Amino acid sequence: MEEEVPGMEVEQAPAVYSSHGLNVAEGAEIERLRSTNVQPMPDPSEWLDEEDITKNILLSTVEKVVHWGRHYSTWPVNFGLACCAFEMISLAVSRFDISRFGMELLRASPRQADLMIVAGTVTWKMAPAVRRIYDQMPEPKWVLAMGVCAISGGTFRESYSVVPGVNHIVPVDVYVPGCPPRPEALMYGLMKIHEKVMSQRATDTLKVPLIGGPKSS
Amino acid sequence: MTVALSGKVVAEELSKAMPGAVVSSDEKCLLVDGASVREVGEWLKTSQYVFDYLANLTSVDYVDFFEVIYNLVSLRHNHSLTLKTRCYERENPSVPSMTPVWRGAELQEREVYDLMGISFEGHPNLKRILLWEGFAGHPLRRDYL
Repeated sequence: MEEEVPGMEVEQAPAVYSSHGLNVAEGAEIERLRSTNVQPMPDPSEWLDEEDITKNILLSTVEKVVHWGRHYSTWPVNFGLACCAFEMISLAVSRFDISRFGMELLRASPRQADLMIVAGTVTWKMAPAVRRIYDQMPEPKWVLAMGVCAISGGTFRESYSVVPGVNHIVPVDVYVPGCPPRPEALMYGLMKIHEKVMSQRATDTLKVPLIGGPKSS
Repeated sequence: MTVALSGKVVAEELSKAMPGAVVSSDEKCLLVDGASVREVGEWLKTSQYVFDYLANLTSVDYVDFFEVIYNLVSLRHNHSLTLKTRCYERENPSVPSMTPVWRGAELQEREVYDLMGISFEGHPNLKRILLWEGFAGHPLRRDYL
């Protein structure tokens, strides 16, 4: 049993409660609002007025808008060939997270992709498939060669079965060196791709001529 | 842990069942005659050793001869054996196929055929697997390039 200590009784309301003076001030403010704000205020609805269209127009060029949209949703085709693919995967998942660039969708179908990240060693046996996937991607399209094997064949350059650089098969826009490159390096390469997308012109010709070539007249 | 059987012990039993098949044997492996290697494989699978699993099939170029190596495992008795055979022909080396005995040999024999140029008699689908049709030579041979 605890002894009752004299002097511990609560003599006044603790400080967490508002004082009487504060309550009176609050009541006066409410009374003031009730007496003055009798009529409702008009809605600020001028922006709904269709005739006042000048407030609703943003001037830009089609090119700029299209490229802005493209470079923030560059979908890469899922194309890991060797160990570099794991760095590409780690770029795609939570730690590095390329969804910040709007490109988290690594498409399994080249027909939905804009960017081919050639991640790893390209063998001659694989070369026809690389070219076929590239041909199946719709224009405009970009290629990023990731790692020394894709850039030049790397340590397997003199080998009997390795393509000495994927630029023997498809045109390459950005090269990311390393064995394998860190995800930060690949991210830097992607930002270079973005710069390239933004600097493209609608009047640029297609990088690869269509089958049969352009018609000359 | 899988127990590695002594090649000598197996060779004694094998020479009772199939005289003349064993070329040599030591603690680590069992070397058999190339002509009878499939019968040896069938015997190893059906005898008391029950080697029911071919873990690996590979080959080595010793310049004087090719050696084909079979790493066998018995999942029932949990023991293993290294079986080898040699092929002294250099132009058209040939070894009987183990595919009728262990189905797992099929792709590995194709790989050996592709990279080492040893053809396997009785293989159901002997063609290149890693390289393409029309590739000149066999890259894992010592005299390639």
